[in-house]
Amino acid sequence: MLKRLLITLALCASPALAVDEEVVLGLSQDRVAITANFDGSEILVFGAVKREAPIPPGPPLEVIVAVSGPSGPVTVRRKERKLGIWVNTDSVLVDRAPSFYAVATSAPLNEILSDTEDLRYSVSIARAIRSVGAAMNIRGAQEFADAVVRIRENEGLYSIREDTVAVDEQTLFRTSIEMPADLTEGDYVARIFLTRGGSVVSQFETTIDVRKVGLERFLFNMSRQQPVWYGLMSLVIAIAAGWGASTAFRLLRE
Amino acid sequence: MQIYLPIAEVSVNAFLLLGLGGMVGILSGMFGVGGGFLMTPLLFFIGIPPAVAVATEANQIVASSFSGVLAHFRRKTVDLKMGTVLLLGGLTGAAVGVVIFNYLKSLGQVDLLVTLCYVVFLGVVGGLMFIESLNALRKSKKGVSAPPKRRQRGWVHAMPFKMRFRTSGLYISVIPPALVGLFVGVLSAIMGVGGGFIMVPAMIYLLGMPTKVVVGTSLFQIIFVTAFTTMLHATTNYTVDVVLAVLLLVGGVIGAQIGTVIGARMPAEQLRVLLAALVLAVCGKLALDLLLEPSELFSLGAGGGH
Repeated sequence: MLKRLLITLALCASPALAVDEEVVLGLSQDRVAITANFDGSEILVFGAVKREAPIPPGPPLEVIVAVSGPSGPVTVRRKERKLGIWVNTDSVLVDRAPSFYAVATSAPLNEILSDTEDLRYSVSIARAIRSVGAAMNIRGAQEFADAVVRIRENEGLYSIREDTVAVDEQTLFRTSIEMPADLTEGDYVARIFLTRGGSVVSQFETTIDVRKVGLERFLFNMSRQQPVWYGLMSLVIAIAAGWGASTAFRLLRE
Repeated sequence: MQIYLPIAEVSVNAFLLLGLGGMVGILSGMFGVGGGFLMTPLLFFIGIPPAVAVATEANQIVASSFSGVLAHFRRKTVDLKMGTVLLLGGLTGAAVGVVIFNYLKSLGQVDLLVTLCYVVFLGVVGGLMFIESLNALRKSKKGVSAPPKRRQRGWVHAMPFKMRFRTSGLYISVIPPALVGLFVGVLSAIMGVGGGFIMVPAMIYLLGMPTKVVVGTSLFQIIFVTAFTTMLHATTNYTVDVVLAVLLLVGGVIGAQIGTVIGARMPAEQLRVLLAALVLAVCGKLALDLLLEPSELFSLGAGGGH
């Protein structure tokens, strides 16, 4: 409720987005192929600001690049000591959390993006996770949402890298987004925001296709679509490999 | 060389997996055990999701037991009739085990269940083995060999549905072996182990089977039960990672061959003490994880469902 009110306020307060500055974007790759030896990926994001008029005076242009992976609900469980051992007790369902989220900015985020704008565009990590509804009724639910961020930050899945976008002459910008090896497949959304004095003046969105390919694709699909055949195949392959290796080793020793 | 596991959805070093397989293989070759009880916890430690570790390990055990059972068939040390009775119990047990596993998974308690099972069984088996082998070591030093104790013939022989098992030279009720099989089947599904470490002592001490047919017969049962477990996990949880299984297996088979050579050169009593110490060490590590306050109290799981 409060959030909706704030958004409405923000909409009224911010000057209508006069699109006199637009993003022209390039990506070093718009698809990431997860192959058998996939070891993470680095995507170069670069672009220019197209404008009809001269650079407006006032605070300089800042750039924020946010890449998010497919979102889904996450069950967060908390351990408590019961009968001397640590067991999962309470759990909270966080409605929506991206599997990957990286933000790169040209200056500290809180200096170039106001809170209202952050709320409106869900840029910062805390805003990208949505745990509204029933989940927030449980006391301490915020702790659970914080835990999602903390755990995924430690795994390198969530990151905020300030001052990593290089901006030249308020026109050209570039940065690189590192993606770890443990990626979930799906459509990744790259959003680019141009801000001046804390408010967003232009926004651009594009998708990066992250897919398993080749053998990985084949095995994953088969395990979901034909689980019986997949199970039988796993057994046959494993038996053949085991028997083959032991026979080869025995022959080698003789 | 990093390799992305398609089902586990994690990227791990292929040589680490080959090495782990090899190490556990050496131990299993030295001690003549399956090694599942060591491999599954090790997979947890390197970050494979427990559900994937348990299911994949079942797949790996099928394959690593296969060449073993062939050798026993050649030596005619498999009691097929006894194996079949154990197997029928085992299949029922595995089905029950997977149901329990999936139910607790939906409650978010599957990690606890698996860890508790490991702590209890590794603790009991390791402790008994340690005491027994220390005693044996002490006796062999004194040079007094205790006369082998006559087998207890009590309640096992008072049960109905008796059957003759020629290869084992037994005439006993089918209920105890079926129960042993059932129990091991449940463990196999929950813990991702073959269950040889429970079944072999049970066959010797409880059923009174001759030692020479015990290993072959238990391998025979293990192959089918773990194959069944693999299929159940593959069709209900989609957690069997064949790439992971093959990598562990190749390392494991080569390790086992090296282990057999090492094992043949070491005295049996000392080997048993070593194995017992190893089992207790794994048990201790898992118990500490339960007892000490974890550095991260929260854990994430797939949401939705309800």
